[in-house]
Amino acid sequence: MPFTIDGEPWYGRVGDSLLSAILAARSDLGPLAPDGRLRAGFCLIGLCQDCWVRLADGRRVRACTTELEAGMAVLLASDEAAW
Amino acid sequence: MKGAPIVVVVGAGPAGVAAARRLAEAGLRPIVLDSGPEPGGRIWRNTGSGAQGLPRLPGHDPERGRHERARFVEWRERIAFYPETTVIDVTRGRLWALASSGEVDSTPWDRLIVATGALDRVVPVPGWTLPGVVTLGGAQTALKTRGCAVGRRIAFFGTGPLLYLAAAQHLAAGVEVAVVGDTSRLRDAVAAAPDLLADPARLRLGLRCLRMLRRAGVPVLRGVRGARIEGRKTVEAIVLERRRAFWRFSCDAVATGFGLVPQTQILDLLDVPFTLEETSGLWLPLLDRAGRTSIPGVYAAGDGARPLGAEAAAMAGERAALALLEDEGSRIDAGRVAQLETTLARHERFARALARAFPHPRVLEAEIADETVVCRCENVTAGDLRRAVRELDARDVSEAKAFTRCGMGRCQGRLCGLSAARILAAIRNVRLAEAGRLRSQAPVLPMPVAARRVPAEDAA
Repeated sequence: MPFTIDGEPWYGRVGDSLLSAILAARSDLGPLAPDGRLRAGFCLIGLCQDCWVRLADGRRVRACTTELEAGMAVLLASDEAAW
Repeated sequence: MKGAPIVVVVGAGPAGVAAARRLAEAGLRPIVLDSGPEPGGRIWRNTGSGAQGLPRLPGHDPERGRHERARFVEWRERIAFYPETTVIDVTRGRLWALASSGEVDSTPWDRLIVATGALDRVVPVPGWTLPGVVTLGGAQTALKTRGCAVGRRIAFFGTGPLLYLAAAQHLAAGVEVAVVGDTSRLRDAVAAAPDLLADPARLRLGLRCLRMLRRAGVPVLRGVRGARIEGRKTVEAIVLERRRAFWRFSCDAVATGFGLVPQTQILDLLDVPFTLEETSGLWLPLLDRAGRTSIPGVYAAGDGARPLGAEAAAMAGERAALALLEDEGSRIDAGRVAQLETTLARHERFARALARAFPHPRVLEAEIADETVVCRCENVTAGDLRRAVRELDARDVSEAKAFTRCGMGRCQGRLCGLSAARILAAIRNVRLAEAGRLRSQAPVLPMPVAARRVPAEDAA
């Protein structure tokens, strides 16, 4: 399933979460406020809130509980990513 | 004429599903809300297409999950099931939930069964916020539902049966296990062995996992006193301290967990009384044997009330439903009640034995270095907490939260609350109970500012 990270094309598998698809492409989700440390999800079951990401369509989603959809455009580069 | 009561079950894991089925049988048409896409919870959820082709994992039975989900679906006509619906707030008599559409809706309730499940208990160690460090349950979920390993070479650190189970499952899936580092000691397990026979099947599963790890040559370190995770941008190694010696294992991921923490936020919002269980250091809601809280009409069941595992959760769910029916004036099957309570008592015995075999580490949190981050949401260190005690006289975790923001972030203290209390108790030299607990706030999970309120059909 095609999707993009900061405009760059990637492919995820059917059955991937948005998080598993992103982490197959790279090792983190970019920096997270307030300290700008790199994050990559932690609990992976929707509770720690460490994997919120922004989509180009304006949505903010928790990547671990979001199913990957074809054509999703994830924005990770910007600093204030999800918060 | 009194209409049928509105009964809401929060959570569709083993406890919620069992409760709902029993209520439906009695003709009550319960409303069941779950944040996941399907019934079954974490344990019985659909393995998903990503996990197809996965070899058989120890302790994982996808057939059972399919069966339980199918049984639930058979009741579809008599259960109002709302998937992807997250309860965010509750008062006595009304409950608010956020749907995946971004809409917030509310429902009145007369009786409520809370079956919200549990999260891994974690202990902060240096490096635990690095990308590549995940909870044991998270690693299992990635493997079982997505067919993904969180790394190529994973170190497992913590304590409890899940530590060995998760490691063995990854091994079976063809993932390299760098090390299993357990803070409990072998003699703890030996001392608890006779009582572990209360559940021979689970004991056998544990021993099978250990055998698999040994056979694969995985180092299993017991009596680990401290740990440090190293890496610049992501995990590169874990260093385990045991008997004043340091053991370094290179790895690209760490899965960590120290047993489970019940997710009690909804019960807390309803002012259900809690008590500190001294052995585990967990704050647990006060319940009678049937799962009744002291708040009229509120029941709790499953790992969200007492972490006893999936089989016990299903029984506790059914027991709570029977209590509810009894409280509604229905006659219930006394034989079934006795059977459930006897089996639940056996599960509790087994859980107590597990707690002795894998006790929560006594010193790990008290000895956390000042510079280690405790609250990963707000970036609060152990030193910040200790300063709040020394300089501002913070007496409990709620005061420390006000002074430092520890537990004030996105996860609302789910991850750091218990550790913060231990750090506080250690430096104030008081009993853990005096360090208190973080209280829950609505919304219990983040919701978008843009969430729309669905107009209530019935203005209550």
